Amino acid sequence: MRRNPPGSFVFSCKSGAGIASSLAVIVRRLLVATLVLCGLASCEKESQVDRATREGILILGNSNEPKGLDPQIVTGVLESNIMRALFEGLVSFHPSDDAANVLTGAEALEPDETATVWTARLRRDARWSDGTPVTTDDYVFSYHRMLSPEFAAKYADMLNFLKNGSTYNKDLRGEILFRISPPGDGPGWDEVKEVHFRPFAGAPGLDAVAGREWQDLDERERAVFAAGKGLDTLDAETLGWIAEAPARRFLWPEGFTRQQEVVDRMLAHAGKDLWGLARVGVEALDSHTLRITLRGPTPYFPQLAKHYTWTPVPKHAVLANGDMLDKGNPWSKLGKIVTNGPYRLKSWRLTDHLEVERNPLYWNADEVSIHGIRYVPVTNAYTEARMFRDGQLHMTYTAPPEVIDWFKEHQPEVLRQEPYVGTLFYRCNTTREPLDDPRVRRALALAIDRRVICEKVLKGYKPAHGMTPPMAGYAIDPRDTYDPEEARRLMAEAGFPGGKGFPKRLKILLASRETAATLAQAIQAMWRDTLGIQVEIENKEWTAYLAAMQELDYDLASGGWIGDYLDPLTFLEMWTEGNGNNLTGWASDEFEGLLEQSHQEADGDRRYQLLQQAENVLVDDSPVLLVAWYSRNYLLHPSVRDWHPLLLDNHPYDKIRLEPATRD
Amino acid sequence: MLRLVLGRLGQGLITLLVLVTITFFLVRLMPGNPYTDEKAVPEHILEKQKEQGGLDKPAIVQFAIYLKSVVVDRDLGTLFRKPTVQVSEIIRQAFPVSALLGILSIGIALIVGLPAGVIAAVKKNGPLDYACLAAAMVGICLPSFVIGPLLAVSAGLGLKSLHVAGWNSPADWIMPAITLGMINAAYIARLTRGGMLDVLNQDYIRTAMAKGVPGPRIIVRHALRGGLIPAVAFVGPAFAAMISGSFVIETIFQVPGMGQHFINATTDREYSLIQGLVLFYGFLIIAANLLSDLAQIALNPRLRTA
Repeated sequence: MRRNPPGSFVFSCKSGAGIASSLAVIVRRLLVATLVLCGLASCEKESQVDRATREGILILGNSNEPKGLDPQIVTGVLESNIMRALFEGLVSFHPSDDAANVLTGAEALEPDETATVWTARLRRDARWSDGTPVTTDDYVFSYHRMLSPEFAAKYADMLNFLKNGSTYNKDLRGEILFRISPPGDGPGWDEVKEVHFRPFAGAPGLDAVAGREWQDLDERERAVFAAGKGLDTLDAETLGWIAEAPARRFLWPEGFTRQQEVVDRMLAHAGKDLWGLARVGVEALDSHTLRITLRGPTPYFPQLAKHYTWTPVPKHAVLANGDMLDKGNPWSKLGKIVTNGPYRLKSWRLTDHLEVERNPLYWNADEVSIHGIRYVPVTNAYTEARMFRDGQLHMTYTAPPEVIDWFKEHQPEVLRQEPYVGTLFYRCNTTREPLDDPRVRRALALAIDRRVICEKVLKGYKPAHGMTPPMAGYAIDPRDTYDPEEARRLMAEAGFPGGKGFPKRLKILLASRETAATLAQAIQAMWRDTLGIQVEIENKEWTAYLAAMQELDYDLASGGWIGDYLDPLTFLEMWTEGNGNNLTGWASDEFEGLLEQSHQEADGDRRYQLLQQAENVLVDDSPVLLVAWYSRNYLLHPSVRDWHPLLLDNHPYDKIRLEPATRD
Repeated sequence: MLRLVLGRLGQGLITLLVLVTITFFLVRLMPGNPYTDEKAVPEHILEKQKEQGGLDKPAIVQFAIYLKSVVVDRDLGTLFRKPTVQVSEIIRQAFPVSALLGILSIGIALIVGLPAGVIAAVKKNGPLDYACLAAAMVGICLPSFVIGPLLAVSAGLGLKSLHVAGWNSPADWIMPAITLGMINAAYIARLTRGGMLDVLNQDYIRTAMAKGVPGPRIIVRHALRGGLIPAVAFVGPAFAAMISGSFVIETIFQVPGMGQHFINATTDREYSLIQGLVLFYGFLIIAANLLSDLAQIALNPRLRTA
């Protein structure tokens, strides 16, 4: 028999039970009191969404905290949702037609006959939210700031369409000083273009000086060191030293004699902003006429100009708060920010919400339908779906597969699955065996059964047979994307019949996201069954995954791309050599030649043909294995009206209406 | 007493210095940098950005600059990815939320955990004890990412007055506080039960019983003080952890607290934010430990001579 220790014996008597029950009573009372109090505090008859609908406020799930509100600093989709409400460029998005361009900041935007030079007449009644008129000065200032090498805007690429934009942005000083603005009496570009303005990696003896200090080097070594860096990157002090005896103190091309003139001109402009000399293709003809000169025929320029990188920032407000090129300039903070869009910033609490309200000084304020937008940074997609069900959001940012299934069954009327211009793919590291063999890459691509994947894993997505999703009259020829026979044949041809001899350690790199893991497992199984090869799946956290890709330290990596504007170029240009988004080590002269031709082609149809040919080269060579075209899956409350599916998903919020949903 | 406090403060300062040093260099060893972005930036822009953020200098120089800025200018720096946002601004906005949630949760944990532990000890091996132990076990084993959504779906969608997520009214405090509180209540209940059982077996309790002191009085006057010590030792650091935020609870209930910043700063390689939060968290832990030590001394006279 078990013996009770003395303590428990004593306290099992009546008084012990008494204290236990009285404690229980206290706890129960406290709990009841708390619940009653809290219940009273939030005694609401209507849901948040119902109230917001009545007040004309749209509540959106926006996935995360914006990185800022300066349109020249931010880069993401969630930021673009806020930028569209706060800022307005020359052209804006249409509520139901992606291809349509709505003139907003400009009254007129007209191309010349080659679509290279565009003249914009700014709206005279456009004002910033502090009352200052929006002028061409703001536009020129903005494009200057965005492209400035000192400012280092991440999205400066979007403005490389401007003539000389990329030269200025890359700070190619020699090219600016001798090609774009050559000296009146000095040497011309043809004479100096062989000079090492850019880093000269092949400078003889460069290895010997690498890593040593300037003061420890003798004159010859310094000359090699300077040439290794290139004239463009040298500071005034070094250029001054070279200028004292240029022939000896730099490595010049064979037979070049005008060293002194070159160095003197570089020195005279050292450390200075070359904006004026770079002649970037933006020019204020008067306070309301802007001339934009592009790098070549660009019939789709209005599509580009809708992107927030082309919106102006308020010159006066930026300068009033600090330096033009200081990224920490606080002009875009709450209480300071000045905007020109339909809305202005009302409140912002980190990881809680950001709210915008009507801008009473907006030129078209009378036509703005909803009074405000509340962006909620819900990072957890399941929390977001619960908030939607609870009447806290008009719209979610996304809907994961499980949520789609639930809503399909219970509330199909709020579930939206719409085409979205984005492509999901696997990058191949073409610098590694066996992926350096195009036959292997093509075989891997052909062994993916995209239909099954889109049905079972990526709900709502469409099997991709091209890099560019269907858009704006551009459609790549449909061809076989799933052909196991051909895949096996190619694999055998490459020396791996039935997968024999194939390196076992090939890895698929993922960033830890759930659907991506399911997709990788599906593809892993397809390759095993069709090609007889084993691949592994490697999960990394987001930044480590990005770093691995950027260092080409991977075999296969899942990836995706959302179009910036409605033109195939946004999906093709990224695969050019050296592009920051290529990350595959792949380069093709044929592909780039076709793109280059398309840049000079003013005829829209012929241009599309060139782009399609380029796309065929890409698909045949398969540096990327195309998987699916995106679908935008989200939940939308029935009280949101005039909301139409858009390929780019860039909805102009001022055109949406909110009406209480009728209940049946 | 004063010597103890001063000694602890001195140790605390050294701990903070070690903490910030290790953090500073470790975060820089992680792959990528604060400018690593999905849309890879051209090399010349990356270089410029590093220069702007001071990341072009050797790590040791960066460290000296950072220490000077923290100690001399009392400035924790700005974010790399959000150059207009200051670290101190984030702490100022998020800490009150986490502190409120932490206080509510620890309140719930104590209100539920202490009585449950006492009852379990008093009713040792009885049905109430087993019930408390089982409930505590469930509380410890069930992770918050299970309890949270379950609570949100059942109570949040069921009751009109409760929201599944958000932080706008006092009603919104309930579910996150209960979720966070329950897990800690479970620990406190188990620790209290253990502590009480130890004390109840002591001679002085037996003496009190022999004298005929009534049961409730023995528990409250004699046993509770000693029995609470393990729980008090746990509550200090747990409280610091709670008020510094919980990533899971915050994302489940959309609470604008510190936990999310902690996790996101790490995945984003926001060096200055990680360092700032680690410093702040370290400070909280040291303060909470000190308070918990003082509370233990108050409860246990034997510690006073030490």
